[in-house]
Amino acid sequence: MTSFLLGVLEVVAATLRDVLPIALVLTTFQLFVLRRPLPSPRRLLAGFALVLAGLMLFLIGLEQAIFPMGRTMAAQLTAPEMLGAQAGDGIDPAAYAWVYVFAFAVGFSTTLAEPSLIAVALKARELSAGAIDAWGLRIAVALGVAIGISLGAFRIVIGAPIHYFIMAGYVVVVVQTFFAPKLIVPLAYDSGGVTTSTVTVPLVAGLGLGLAEAIPGRSPLIDGFGLIAFASLFPMITVMAYAQISEWRAARSQSAAAAADPATSEEDRA
Amino acid sequence: MAWLRSVLRLLSGSIRDLASVVVVIAFFQLLVLRQPLPEPGSILVGLVLVVLGLALFVRGLDLGPFPLGESMAHAFARRGSLGWLLAFAFSLGFATTAAEPALILIAAEAGEVAAQAGSIADTEAARDRYALGLRLTVALAVGVAIVVGVWRILTGWPIHLMIAGGYVLVVIVTAFAPDEIIGIAYDSGGITTSTITVPLVTALGVGLASSIEGRNPVSDGFGLIAFASLTPMLFVMLYGILT
Repeated sequence: MTSFLLGVLEVVAATLRDVLPIALVLTTFQLFVLRRPLPSPRRLLAGFALVLAGLMLFLIGLEQAIFPMGRTMAAQLTAPEMLGAQAGDGIDPAAYAWVYVFAFAVGFSTTLAEPSLIAVALKARELSAGAIDAWGLRIAVALGVAIGISLGAFRIVIGAPIHYFIMAGYVVVVVQTFFAPKLIVPLAYDSGGVTTSTVTVPLVAGLGLGLAEAIPGRSPLIDGFGLIAFASLFPMITVMAYAQISEWRAARSQSAAAAADPATSEEDRA
Repeated sequence: MAWLRSVLRLLSGSIRDLASVVVVIAFFQLLVLRQPLPEPGSILVGLVLVVLGLALFVRGLDLGPFPLGESMAHAFARRGSLGWLLAFAFSLGFATTAAEPALILIAAEAGEVAAQAGSIADTEAARDRYALGLRLTVALAVGVAIVVGVWRILTGWPIHLMIAGGYVLVVIVTAFAPDEIIGIAYDSGGITTSTITVPLVTALGVGLASSIEGRNPVSDGFGLIAFASLTPMLFVMLYGILT
């Protein structure tokens, strides 16, 4: 009983340590730099109490459910009966097809449901006066995450060094940046970081570590991490591609309209 | 009745966040793998804790820290004292990252993996020290990133050149970093920018861009997160080189 209580106290203390910096930063700057009183201190205190309790339960849940789920899925998807008859003892990347399908499905569905992405997409539509379509943006990001995670799973299967893939991806991003509409560029850069939510990260990390443990010749330390990096990189590419495609389509329909109606095109020229 | 409805509304956000994960996994379990998850009981309890915890966490943030942080971001953006603005930007980045749940979990896992692979001593103290070191490194990196991002909004430097330059640095540092830190370093950029950091930092960026004349909240306000995803890669690799 006492050891259980001590364990609970330890978790409370650790969580307190995690939340304390935010409370300190906000109150210190408010009171001593801005020199304003705290608005409704009781609400603030209640808020921090809820944050503390929530974070504690959340972390226990993530550790007990979400992370093991990713790991178990990786183990089950790489079980011999899922791989089919494997000739020789080399690794045939095609045998792991279900792993890539699962990675794609998890990436796509969790990103589409991601609340912070919904918020960012709506904000972007509002600030751009409708030029950025919220649904189009969400689908572009979800596709990017899905492609990223399945490519990352493929990398773990073949065991190639991660930096080749990531660097090649960033070369694409840099090249695209010069051709994409300027308005979308910072949003595209941000979309990479925004998408990987607190629920997705442990699941995807569990998947990566599980794969690295299950596939012969891979080490969790060197190959197990990296899926989240892929999931943050590819949305940049797809969001910029989405902006380029919609710009190109808008230009085409405009020129088609101009061709159909010579009077307006002359006006445009004038 | 009204009480029940508000509880349900509170839970619905986190249930939706989780539902997609559960649906995909259930689909694969039932149709592709055709085998049950081991220990369904403990997973179910865990899922309930995730839903409850996330709901309380987000509700608590909405009640206290978020509105205060947002009003402070606007106040600092209008005040004009550059030194305090940058100090606030750094502290905000550092503090929100230190409390980011996904980072807490992944840092602990990384400590475990490193201990099992024998690159640190396999004791609880060594694992905890490794995990805490990783988290503080990432928090420091995000603090620096927000400062750089705020500086960029003020000066209007082109974001793509700065980001491209940052990635050139990442490439250079990768060449010197030990293999076992590269994966976690590249991941840390995506892990950090999550539940707490994104809303508070975006509020700072958008508040700043809308209070400075000639700045566009879309192209200047966003973009802070991009820096926050970049610097952790650099800093974690440097941490790996130095330890």
